[in-house]
Amino acid sequence: MPTQPIPAPGSHAISIRNLKKSFGSNEVLKDISLEIEPGEVVCIIGPSGSGKSTLLRCVNLLEVPTSGTVLVGPDEVTHPDADLDRIRRRIGMVFQSFNLFPHLTVLENLTVAQIKVLKRRKEDAIATARLNLHRVGMSHKEDAYPGQLSGGQQQRVAIARSLSMEPQLMLFDEPTSALDPELVGEVLAVMKSLANEGMTMVIVTHEMAFAREVADRVVFMDGGYIVEQGLALEVIGNPQEERTQSFLHRVLNPMVIDAAEVIEAEELSTA
Amino acid sequence: MSTQTTHPATEAAAPRLTRRQRARLSLGVQYALGIAVIGLLAFMTDWATFSAAFLRFDILERMLPRVILIGLVNTIIYAALAFIFAFVVGLLLAVMRLSSVAAYRWFAGAYVEFFRGVPALVVLFMVAYGIPNAFPGFQFPGDKYGMVMVGLGITAAAYMAETFRAGIQAVPKGQLEAARTLGMSHTRTMATIVIPQAFRVVIPPLTNEMILLVKDSSLVYVLGVTAAQYELTKFAQDFLNRSVNATPLIVAALCYLAITLPLSGLVRRLEARYAKAR
Ligand SMILES: Nc1ncnc2c1ncn2[C@@H]1O[C@H](COP(=O)(O)OP(=O)(O)OP(=O)(O)O)[C@@H](O)[C@H]1O
Ligand SMILES: [Mg+2]
Repeated sequence: MPTQPIPAPGSHAISIRNLKKSFGSNEVLKDISLEIEPGEVVCIIGPSGSGKSTLLRCVNLLEVPTSGTVLVGPDEVTHPDADLDRIRRRIGMVFQSFNLFPHLTVLENLTVAQIKVLKRRKEDAIATARLNLHRVGMSHKEDAYPGQLSGGQQQRVAIARSLSMEPQLMLFDEPTSALDPELVGEVLAVMKSLANEGMTMVIVTHEMAFAREVADRVVFMDGGYIVEQGLALEVIGNPQEERTQSFLHRVLNPMVIDAAEVIEAEELSTA
Repeated sequence: MSTQTTHPATEAAAPRLTRRQRARLSLGVQYALGIAVIGLLAFMTDWATFSAAFLRFDILERMLPRVILIGLVNTIIYAALAFIFAFVVGLLLAVMRLSSVAAYRWFAGAYVEFFRGVPALVVLFMVAYGIPNAFPGFQFPGDKYGMVMVGLGITAAAYMAETFRAGIQAVPKGQLEAARTLGMSHTRTMATIVIPQAFRVVIPPLTNEMILLVKDSSLVYVLGVTAAQYELTKFAQDFLNRSVNATPLIVAALCYLAITLPLSGLVRRLEARYAKAR
């Protein structure tokens, strides 16, 4: 805790300005600007391939932006001399595929970075780890290996692993997309309680009910742009842009299949 | 070999046998032939002469216990020393090959290509005679043992580097990303997350590498070793010259198998275990 610098007053938790990212000739992010305040919960929604993951991964520089700036608290992540390892400690990240370390037990998954990166004493690391396992309801599995856990349990452990670093903000990239439907609830419940505790969270998700209930703000992305953003209830309940409307229509009514879309899909598959 | 064919012509030629019957008939014929050949060989062999050529117990008695205490022990020592050298250098080369620094990648790539393409014997000669000539006054630590460690290890390192590289690349990218996200440096990530997982993948091929080194240790005699430094092949050859009989070779072969068979068994066990853990 004492190693974490106090953010300058008035600074944003995340500040993204004119961010662009290309993979070769494929421009995936086209001029994104977005600010996220401390304690805010923001859900990013949008169709597949719209650049949601890429945007999230540019925040902790898992992807290097082509241009633009990203600030996390007072630190410019995109500065060439930025100490990324130091900045990343303060940004938790939860992946769709959990990415727990399979050769380590649950407890070791939570302590390894505390000990090696934060240089905490082993006893302190274990105490912090146990506290966070308790938070996600996984205390009973501290000696298990990830392979012995269900997907939902693995994702809760992954969240606890991030929390053990005592991050200032957390990024979630479709944390429930790889889960069987009956396991989604337990992970969302953990995330909801985190939101209630005041954690700053940016969540890429397809769970509209969750977004509507938990998010302070919803950002809709399409084709590398932010098309629309605002209060969760407004964006999901009363979208203004046509692209948002048709996306939400498809997501919220998966059984209603548009005849035009079927024809389009058939043309694509035969092409 | 097999009479199982779906060709319509042969199907028509033997219309009264079902496919399974024909397969059984063919197998029966093969067994009968095999037994006949073995029987004929056994009949034609003069067993007294045969065992006199390959299994003379008086020679075996003269070889014991030194074939174990010197031959077998030195073989294990040479192979183990070379393995340790190759392990360390191979791991280093693999990490260099995957480095973001182009010069490292280039060096490791060139090393692997060169030493995989040159016979181990040539490399051993180069080390044994080249290095002392190039650096007058240089002495390998442990004399012949140090020389063998480097001479055989250099070649094995090239193969092991490729094994390690494959193992490291088999670790999913998400593992690396998760570790970096927790603030670990690249080096720290490799050491605590990637390489420990890569080891699970490479243990079977590494054991095979060890078996190859056990056999490669038979090249050591070219360095002109003293009697106390003999490994199995040289030891057996020495006896062969004196006894003009193949028994020493059989004994040496059995000793090699005493090392390599347990290693093969270990590989099979480990492979089965990791297959389950996946
Ligand atoms: N490492 C990469 N190399 C090349 N192209 C990439 C890479 N990562 C992403 N892309 C491309 O960038 C585009 C946006 O990908 P991204 O993963 O950000 O989309 P997304 O909105 O997260 O989609 P999804 O909902 O399917 O996860 C896609 O067209 C993808 O093919
Ligand atoms: Mg994505």
